[in-house]
Amino acid sequence: MGLLSKKDLKLITDPLADNNPITIQVLGICSALAITAELKASIVMSVAVLFVMGFGNLTISLMRNIIPPKIRIIVQLIVVATLVIIVDLVLKAFAYELSKTLSVFVGLIITNCIIMGRFEAFALANGPVRSFIDGVGNALGYAGILIIVGFFRELLGSGTLLGFKVLGDPIEKTGVYAFGYENNGFMLLAPMALITVGIIIWVQRSRNEALIEDN
Amino acid sequence: MAKNTESNVYTILFATGMVVIVGTLLAFLAASLKEKITENKRIEKQQNILYAMGVNENDESSVEFVSKNIVGSEFSKYITKQLVINGTEAVEDENAYLIDIKKEAAAAKVKGYQRKLPLFVGNKEGVEYYIIPVRGKGLWDAIWGYVAIDNQLVVQGVFFDHAGETPGLGSNIKERFFMDDFKGEHFLDGDLFKGISVSKGNSDPKNLDKTDFEVDAIAGSTITGDGLAAMLKKDLKLYLPYLKTLKQ
Repeated sequence: MGLLSKKDLKLITDPLADNNPITIQVLGICSALAITAELKASIVMSVAVLFVMGFGNLTISLMRNIIPPKIRIIVQLIVVATLVIIVDLVLKAFAYELSKTLSVFVGLIITNCIIMGRFEAFALANGPVRSFIDGVGNALGYAGILIIVGFFRELLGSGTLLGFKVLGDPIEKTGVYAFGYENNGFMLLAPMALITVGIIIWVQRSRNEALIEDN
Repeated sequence: MAKNTESNVYTILFATGMVVIVGTLLAFLAASLKEKITENKRIEKQQNILYAMGVNENDESSVEFVSKNIVGSEFSKYITKQLVINGTEAVEDENAYLIDIKKEAAAAKVKGYQRKLPLFVGNKEGVEYYIIPVRGKGLWDAIWGYVAIDNQLVVQGVFFDHAGETPGLGSNIKERFFMDDFKGEHFLDGDLFKGISVSKGNSDPKNLDKTDFEVDAIAGSTITGDGLAAMLKKDLKLYLPYLKTLKQ
């Protein structure tokens, strides 16, 4: 790797697997439950978080030596909120359609604990370039889980993917519905999102025993 | 020189400085983009109104508005009259579509205020459409829309939108499978105003019965559906005195 050193590359690959923000650090669960009822929303949310996380980490890292420790959490919140508002305004002016899709997630990005978590745990102690990479890595790890959960919830809950009826029409009884298959409406509710995330955590831990705490 | 970032003076100065910088940045950005955003909203309104009366580029199952570039000319082509309603009277106002429904509803709470009720008259292939803007509350935030009816007061098309309903559940009020159900629905039983309810388990999921005053609800979005039905009831009623004059 010419562009990234081995250590920097680890900042991207770690959150994708063994240090995943959702399944291992258990951060950002709230938004993972709220918006994964359909795949499109998961993807849009992932992109938005990717942007805010990368640049938020970068900004905090650049300011890390001048932030007064007493009010650092407030400063972090302001940085996230500012970035989110900038994204929202720019989208409203130049990509109105997209901003309509995103609107509901704007508030959720601010409350996403992965962002605050990475500011605290990484950006305050590391240089800007590494912080940016760490932000992107964690956002990708978050995106991965969101998309997996969104995929299964939309497929099993609504029988569609990205709005396309991949399993046939439930009312006209075509496709798999012709054989008596029914959508599971329960998949669309938050508890099943939690269970889906739980299954992912289970699979991940059973494949890598190093992740299991001994107590 | 090492700064003492722990001191109170530094903390207060830092906070003040940060607020000023961030505030200026955001205010500048908001002010410079305001014109574009307002323009986008105006275009969206025209698209929504046209959508309700069936002027759109829909295919099988997606919601497609007429494109941004032609919406202005399409709007003046299909919308023949814009009215402001007062009881059974109507006054023409060529910018009635810019009336802010939210502000009007709030102002109407004051006694004696004459609420401006915009109504758009469209004509497509010889058929007259009357398009009524509606606005109400969903689960999390505002919901609004446009209801197009013909001169027999039968719904010919609707468009709904929302500010923040749950993705995948309440947000589906703006999907075709829900909005299309309203086509052909009646909201009057003879002379009696019934509205259109959004009901669960109405044993008519294909919505074949158009005079039952209900459409099939979306699973998992009871509050949004109830809010939508309440919105239709409340706002359609405001126009009733004028609409009844059309029927005769």
